[in-house]
Amino acid sequence: MSQEWQFIAIFIVLAPIFPAAPVILNHLLGPRKPNPIKQQTYECGIETVGDSWVQFKVQYYIYALVFVIFDIEAVFLFPIAAAFDQLTLFAIVEIVIFVVLLSMGLAYAWGRGALEWI
Amino acid sequence: MSFDIVEFLKSLVSLNVAEYLKTVVGDQAWVNFVSDVIGVVIISTFCLLIVIFLIWLERKVIARMQDRIGPNRVGGRYGLLQTVADVIKLLIKEDITPAGADKLAYWLAPFLTVIAALLIWAVMPFAPGVIGVDLDIGVFYVLAISSASVVALLLAGWGSNNKYALLGAFRAVAQLVSYEVPMILSLLVPILLARSMSTVDIVEAQTVPFIFVVPLAAVIFMISALAETGRTPFDLLEAESEIVSGFHVEYGGMKFGMFFLAEFISTLFMSGFFTTMFLGGYRLFGLENLVIGDGWAIGRLLGLIIFFVKMFAVYFLFIWIRATWPRVRVDQILNFNWKFLVPLSLVLILAIAVLDKVIPADAGIYARSSILLLANLLIAMFAIEIMRTVARRKRKESSGDAAMTIDESEHNDVHDAHDSHHEVAAAH
Repeated sequence: MSQEWQFIAIFIVLAPIFPAAPVILNHLLGPRKPNPIKQQTYECGIETVGDSWVQFKVQYYIYALVFVIFDIEAVFLFPIAAAFDQLTLFAIVEIVIFVVLLSMGLAYAWGRGALEWI
Repeated sequence: MSFDIVEFLKSLVSLNVAEYLKTVVGDQAWVNFVSDVIGVVIISTFCLLIVIFLIWLERKVIARMQDRIGPNRVGGRYGLLQTVADVIKLLIKEDITPAGADKLAYWLAPFLTVIAALLIWAVMPFAPGVIGVDLDIGVFYVLAISSASVVALLLAGWGSNNKYALLGAFRAVAQLVSYEVPMILSLLVPILLARSMSTVDIVEAQTVPFIFVVPLAAVIFMISALAETGRTPFDLLEAESEIVSGFHVEYGGMKFGMFFLAEFISTLFMSGFFTTMFLGGYRLFGLENLVIGDGWAIGRLLGLIIFFVKMFAVYFLFIWIRATWPRVRVDQILNFNWKFLVPLSLVLILAIAVLDKVIPADAGIYARSSILLLANLLIAMFAIEIMRTVARRKRKESSGDAAMTIDESEHNDVHDAHDSHHEVAAAH
């Protein structure tokens, strides 16, 4: 079994070479004329106003939270799908109840307006 | 065993050279290691080189769909070397790092997107026996690595020291993370039907391609794949007219090229993944098992060709969608996902799970497929009806006053707004 993961390990070690080569080539081949105006960050052609690392809307956090819940649910559903043959109908009913419970969480979030973009 | 030229040619035709060389040299650890390294190099080089063709293809196809010609100057009448010229242009551009950028995050991000896009190709079955590595958890591995590219986006936006890049990165991450859910749920359907997460097992289980058995899952996966790779109509992440290139506004030269590269590699991978999961991969009525003469397994080469034809057909669909459909607003994207796709895919996976257990195991494959197909179509019709009713109701509410006749509006002047809504709903 570790034979399979050896391939992935080799891939992880060798894969960075393929994007690194063009970028390093670019770094070597490109002209190098640094200039304070050139290095200013872009803000539609005007001088930047205020701090760049702005506060983010809490809505992003809520989407990420709902995603985490459904991701964990999906992690539970993967072995169920893969080992489907060994499950009885009773087990399927249990799984349906599990998914329905989590969907009620989604319905609650929906009803409370947590999924609005504001 | 000694080296035999006929056997070697046979192994070449059947794309099995590594196996043959192992029988010649002996099955030692370093042989496996070398064959793995060669496999990695072949896959990565293939990905990088095919992107050159893909960019040209996309420009040509979109141009033809827009009634123009596309690149036709560089490299002959068909502009074949256009992408090469673009690559050279990107290579000789100056490498500007914006002032105050977080160096580690800024430099790491383009590498990470490309690495994630390359790593997922390890489990793509090109032909029977031609695969990087047949992991037991192939599909799970793909989903895990795709999630890693989301982190790279955040690094890019954060490291650029630019408000707009940061906002673009937030929106991109919100979209990518949201559309992971219907993608996972719709991928559970072929896994359930094939009883395995291995991509090779899923291809082998498709005597009837799954798109004819669970078309709804295929459609949901297609929509999620469009959103995950950031293609139109979900390309708000990189829309030049909307948010000035979003998270990669501060990148130039080859670092920008890397983001582009990662997008094309991911799109091609999603096309290949779609053919593996839903179109039967390299299968075509048993043609991939064709063995002529004494051990010339030409079927493997045929399987490779079949796989590429299918993959490029799906890729053409991606390009077609890009050329035709307008961009969707970010709140519409997220609403569509959480209020339509996620409930739909949950209902779908539950229905398929229950049905697959309830159908007796000795019903033929065509009976099983037809019942599942029927269930899919029913769920799809039901969902579309619900969507139409909700949309109709919303339209009545928002333009109810303008759509009313003179008598009705006079009548409503007497009553308050609550009653008028009641009447409109009752009339409907």
